[in-house]
Amino acid sequence: MTAWIYRPTRLSRQEFRNQVTGILFVMPWILGFLTWTIIPLLSSMYYSFTRYDLLRPPVFIGIQNYTNFLTDDDFMTAARNTIWWVLLSTPSGVISAFLMAALLNTKIKGRSGFRAIFFFPSIIPSIVTATVFAYLLNIQYGAVDSVLRLLGLHAIPFLSNPDWAKPTLLLINMWAQGGAMVIFLATLQDVPRELLEAATVDGANTLQKFWSITIPMCSPVILFNMLMAFISGFQNFDLPWLLTQGGPNKATEFISLFLYRNAFLYLQMGKASALAWVLFIVIVIFTVALFRSSARWVYYRTE
Amino acid sequence: MASTTSIRGGGSADAVYKKSWARRMGPTGIIMEITKYVLLIGLAFSFMLPFYWMASSALKNDDQVYTYPPVWFPNPRLWNNFGEAWTIKNFNQMTFNTVVRYAIPATFGTLLSSTLVAYGFARVNWKGRDALFAVVLATMMIPFQVRLVPLFIIFKNLGWLNSYKPLVVPAFFASPFFIFLLRQFFKTIPIELSDAAKIDGASELDILFRIILPLSKPALTVVALFSLLGCWNDYLGPLIYANKEPDWTLALGVNGLANTLYESGMKTMVYPYLMAVSTIITIPVLIAFFFAQRSFIEGIALTGLKG
Repeated sequence: MTAWIYRPTRLSRQEFRNQVTGILFVMPWILGFLTWTIIPLLSSMYYSFTRYDLLRPPVFIGIQNYTNFLTDDDFMTAARNTIWWVLLSTPSGVISAFLMAALLNTKIKGRSGFRAIFFFPSIIPSIVTATVFAYLLNIQYGAVDSVLRLLGLHAIPFLSNPDWAKPTLLLINMWAQGGAMVIFLATLQDVPRELLEAATVDGANTLQKFWSITIPMCSPVILFNMLMAFISGFQNFDLPWLLTQGGPNKATEFISLFLYRNAFLYLQMGKASALAWVLFIVIVIFTVALFRSSARWVYYRTE
Repeated sequence: MASTTSIRGGGSADAVYKKSWARRMGPTGIIMEITKYVLLIGLAFSFMLPFYWMASSALKNDDQVYTYPPVWFPNPRLWNNFGEAWTIKNFNQMTFNTVVRYAIPATFGTLLSSTLVAYGFARVNWKGRDALFAVVLATMMIPFQVRLVPLFIIFKNLGWLNSYKPLVVPAFFASPFFIFLLRQFFKTIPIELSDAAKIDGASELDILFRIILPLSKPALTVVALFSLLGCWNDYLGPLIYANKEPDWTLALGVNGLANTLYESGMKTMVYPYLMAVSTIITIPVLIAFFFAQRSFIEGIALTGLKG
């Protein structure tokens, strides 16, 4: 930018007016940012160094909240579950969304109908998902296990067995990937047709074209959806809370549930704040790692 | 190779074209087509299964719930279950809470603030604009947990607990997602329109309300839809701030109903009533989706493509 070299010392009258106008328009966000983001972030940092139960004033205890986590079994369980969830739900969600979109992108009749069917589960209230699947996957009365029994197989304890609970949540998560799927569908339609046609002429088959042209062309959006999946994965609350309440046997106790309990049931605001900051730092680390790795596999068309 | 114009033995060109489709596809092509549709229909079926189970179970009575093999077509169909389940808890009040006390004010606030802020980021040129916008986007990555506790404490000190103020008031300060969406859309409107208006002496506000907004109906519809939907589906927000039963939203109500039914120990009609209520609160989402399918899907695609 040449402006760095030569800069007028004063804004022209029009530029000054624009500056004021711009900031005025954006003022609602600025005020909101200060009130609902900066101030809470700073106070959260402060509370994380205290013991605070809302009834008595906060008591400063230094880094005790943080060091306690190292010996806290419940914390370790929650942390392990959360990492498991993020590392598995991100690829499984993104891949299933992408494959569904790829399937929808082919020449088929009734595409909008199928698209609607695949998209709808992603917009229903979480409580509905929870109640329906609680019944559907019930080991005694649910349809799925009954069908399994009819086929002569063992009934699967989807929600009552600690080893099955998280994978079950994973499957439900893949069922609700409509949002990501729609984004992928739009991207897939942007893949340059000439490239695919040229490849066909050169004798590439469908799989080769998919792997070597379609996927690289979509890689920026794949990165975007992975990032979104990551961030929401770390914050996963509704379904584990409503469907399994963190069980069975703490199998689905994720950090967000652990935090909610500590804050609102045990009234340990200090501990909860420290927990939130640990989560934040972990998210930042994971996000940076994701972006670093992206340089190797993401292809931006402008380069 | 049949061409669309050749006609054999008096048949229509269309019929000849269709007949040769199978020949042109070849055996592998036909297998691929069949696999495609089998996959699609199979997936569609399994995706819809939970909804069918929900709706059909709403019509069952206890005998049909606790039987094996599972009942797919309840007979008799207890349509009364819907009415009965709705009155176990005060779902009418909850509908009022969800719509009138939460969704509508919050959406109004969102539309108002997001439009103004997005306009400032999209159509006005000022120093630091793009850097600040990057900050807006960055805030989307902050997990809600970090703000949860201090916000609760702030609202407690303000005396706003057990009300909808903590959920509605922040909507008037523009959230990043909607700012982003509207900014992307505003940027697609030709700059000449603004320039022409400025030559005629219009102020930025004039331009916003008389030119940009009328052209932005699709984007505004998307914002309104997403905001309403977000409020309808919101569970954690009301859980924290609207915790007393008279203040419950429908989402809290369904969960409350589940707890009540389980705790009653009687175990009668638990599932049918729960399924009935769940069906009822899904129907508005279904209707909104049908009427606004394109808006929904375009809105989401918009965020992903330019993101």
